[in-house]
Amino acid sequence: MGRMTLEELRKLRDEKQNALQKRDIEGKDCRVVVGMGTCGIAAGAKVVLDTFLQILDENKIENVSVTQTGCMGLCYVEPTIEVFVPGMPNVIYGKVDAATVKKIVEQHIIGKSLVTDHMFDRPAADIISKDGGR
Amino acid sequence: MHVFICDFLLDIVQNSFEAESRRVELSLEETDTRLVCQVRDNGKGMDEAVKNRVLDPFYTDGIKHVKRKVGLGLPFLIQACEACNGDFSLESELGVGTTISFSFNLNHMDTPPFGDLPSTILVLMSHPLAEELLVKRSLATCKGSGEYELSKTELEDVLGPLNTSGTLNLLKEFLVSQEEDLKQFYIEHTLSKA
Repeated sequence: MGRMTLEELRKLRDEKQNALQKRDIEGKDCRVVVGMGTCGIAAGAKVVLDTFLQILDENKIENVSVTQTGCMGLCYVEPTIEVFVPGMPNVIYGKVDAATVKKIVEQHIIGKSLVTDHMFDRPAADIISKDGGR
Repeated sequence: MHVFICDFLLDIVQNSFEAESRRVELSLEETDTRLVCQVRDNGKGMDEAVKNRVLDPFYTDGIKHVKRKVGLGLPFLIQACEACNGDFSLESELGVGTTISFSFNLNHMDTPPFGDLPSTILVLMSHPLAEELLVKRSLATCKGSGEYELSKTELEDVLGPLNTSGTLNLLKEFLVSQEEDLKQFYIEHTLSKA
């Protein structure tokens, strides 16, 4: 494969969008936020984000929103990610590695059940006070 | 401490996004022996006092994390550059912007491995605070030279908002193909005898 041009990228996107409209839209309104502070980066958060994209792609899920944030205040269990799935509680997972990402996609996002052995609840106290103690 | 050069890039460019920059430029010039990097933003900048204090690992502005007493991004970078006889410099003007230049000596034993540049650019391009990010990447060795340029607004124009898994996977494929094109000029680095 040679170097892709912007035009080729546009074409590829159009093809994908057409294919997408024929499938049901799994993953819609789901959101994954990866903690990408200095602590997260040092612990491998970029690999986690990469693995998320790869596993979502393998499961043909195109609609999950994948974003990043700074440190969530849980530096001791980095890499951390927050997962929002409609109808389920918002969860922060910690000590996330490639195997855990696979579990989170298959169990939490697709299977709608929590991955209990990696849950680290809410952001730490110094962040909670900032957004109203959520 | 970060493992890869790319981890430092990610960490440092994020600072620019968080400094209310409209436009951030990342340039990476790699040769046989050196990697020269520059991050230039037009964010809020720093005055002389703050500029000196950000190099201290025990200084942070206290805005993101009220009780926190450390800011390790820049100190980590300086440490890594110094360890391999690289350079580091910081220029900043309040209200105008900040430019950080640094380099790694690629033949030095203590230089971190480069890391995965396409996935690093992917993360930076999709950063929620990034309005415009320009990346200029070049590789010039004894085998020849190549380069590519990327612009966030241009990519968004093609792909739409860079925030869903499908779009990001397309962008990843595009970024990998850019870097793949430079591979023909890449040389294995040998450690210097010194």
